[in-house]
Amino acid sequence: MAVNGQGDTIIEVRGVTVGFGNRIVLDAVDLDVRRGEILGFVGGSGAGKSVLLRTIVGLLPRSAGDVKVLGVDMGRASDEDRQTVERRWGVLFQQGALFSSLTVLENLQFPMRENLKVSQRLMDELAIAKLEMVGLDASVVDKFPSELSGGMTKRVALARALALDPDIVFLDEPTSGLDPIGAGDFDTLIATLQRTLGLTVYMVTHDLDSLHTVCDRIAVLADHKIIATGTMETMLASTHPWLRAYFHGKRSRAPEAAPAQHVSL
Amino acid sequence: MTGSLLHGTLQGDRLHLAAAGAWVSQNAGSLEAQINTAARRHPDVKHVDIDMHAVERLDTFGAWLLERLTRAFSSHGAATEITGLKADFRALIEELHAVKAEALPPNKGSRLRYALASIGFSIASVGSYFSNFVNMLGALMVVFARLAAHPRRFRMTSMVHQLDNVGWKAVPIILLITFLIGCIISQQGIFHFRKFGADIYVVDMVGILVLREIGVLIVSIMVAGRSGSAYTAELGSMKMREEIDALQTMGFDPIEVLVVPRIVALIIGVPILTFLGSMAALYGGAVVSWLYGGIAPDIFLSRLKETITIDTFAIGMIKAPFMALVIGVVACVAGLKVRGSAESLGLQTTASVVESIFLVIVLDGLFAIFFAAIGM
Repeated sequence: MAVNGQGDTIIEVRGVTVGFGNRIVLDAVDLDVRRGEILGFVGGSGAGKSVLLRTIVGLLPRSAGDVKVLGVDMGRASDEDRQTVERRWGVLFQQGALFSSLTVLENLQFPMRENLKVSQRLMDELAIAKLEMVGLDASVVDKFPSELSGGMTKRVALARALALDPDIVFLDEPTSGLDPIGAGDFDTLIATLQRTLGLTVYMVTHDLDSLHTVCDRIAVLADHKIIATGTMETMLASTHPWLRAYFHGKRSRAPEAAPAQHVSL
Repeated sequence: MTGSLLHGTLQGDRLHLAAAGAWVSQNAGSLEAQINTAARRHPDVKHVDIDMHAVERLDTFGAWLLERLTRAFSSHGAATEITGLKADFRALIEELHAVKAEALPPNKGSRLRYALASIGFSIASVGSYFSNFVNMLGALMVVFARLAAHPRRFRMTSMVHQLDNVGWKAVPIILLITFLIGCIISQQGIFHFRKFGADIYVVDMVGILVLREIGVLIVSIMVAGRSGSAYTAELGSMKMREEIDALQTMGFDPIEVLVVPRIVALIIGVPILTFLGSMAALYGGAVVSWLYGGIAPDIFLSRLKETITIDTFAIGMIKAPFMALVIGVVACVAGLKVRGSAESLGLQTTASVVESIFLVIVLDGLFAIFFAAIGM
């Protein structure tokens, strides 16, 4: 659906608590994701960023709280309603999670074959169209996932996440393990696809460049809570110690932090 | 569920197509049919207008089918024009307009060629398999020679851990299986020998069969299924996660660190298991001959002493370490052959079990010929 009406909430997380044994990972977390935005989700390693993502898509059970996606309360909905919602999102896992026994083409067509009644010809054409949209071409269709490079795996996995034209895509560290050029290309790709397909993107990331260039809003997870949400400017202006350390640290390239360069020729 | 998504009206050589409804993936099947019909029914129009203003929703599927429609008319030489497109859809249409979508390369070659090629590949793989096996034996010999020079480099802890896994923990299941096999042989023997009134010969049969052949064979087959597959899976998943490469870069020899302790554990473990298994089988045989055949345990024992020589026992035990070596080498070769995917791990684990059982039986046959030749 290429509807770009921004503003209405597409994912609503209310008071979600998740723990493993005695260890609380998320403590009453609230989060809104608006239709048509790219939300960057950051937090320290092991803080529970992926846990929240996995909770929203229903891979992890929560001990309290509600998750509403596209207006459907995922905890109380019937199996049918939940499946309808599940068909309207795509997930890009950190390692790609391509099915290793299927070729690239079969990987892309798997969700189409299971959910739609369309001809093989149309599936072939669309699989190639999606591959071209993510910057690959028809030469990879017969390859198996183990024969792909890291960047190609991510692209194919993104194409598979987009196979059914979802409304929402969840990206778990999409640029990790890519070189800066590849990561930059991937950011541009996500922004382009978001515009053309009218996607809502929920992106877990560590990549400050991605946050700067493509994210409309940023949510920050620390101390088991969401400590801030807002634009990059809000984050840079914040005085919270964790946010300062994250956005003004050595690795960040916030404009004011760049020292005058002495270039010796 | 879908009405007309595409309605055509013809005015001279000008075709007017009115699109409507939701051009999305759920309707893609019927939309494709309507588009194909439209393109087929009007092959010689000169101008095509496609009015998209009534289309409420559009996704990649719809946009691609629109693109295919315009391409179909363009290839006949007709001029196409899309009107009334909502601004939201424009980016998507342009994106798909840029898609080349060349036809998929057809499968090259005929079925016959494919069949011949697959036969060829499997024959060639037997050769490469054999050379892998011999390579591994060679590598093992080199490491054993090195270890003989520096015995302290042998990984005793690792070996003991493996021995615990393949030997000690296998004892209950081995005892149970061989006990049952002993019972079955004895029961069948009694039924058939009784016809000749030669019940007592069941002791000869059980004794010789178990000690010479069955004990070591059953144990080897069990170990191949139980421990060989575990070796392949362990080494294979280490290979998949580059752990073996990591060892190598730290200056360790994976054969010395991973393979040798495992194979030594098998070479120690299998003879012990063979001995225990043979005893359990004899015990099972004795129990059944007593219950079914009325051969009292003391008679069974004294008859056994008469028929069994030390050779009979030795033949079974001599074979055991060789069986262990074959199982271990096959399992480790298969484990190190695993490539990136989970499928390859499964394939190699299966191959490891099938090949080691096959080789164990072949080896047993060769031993039978050898012992017959030297008169044992």
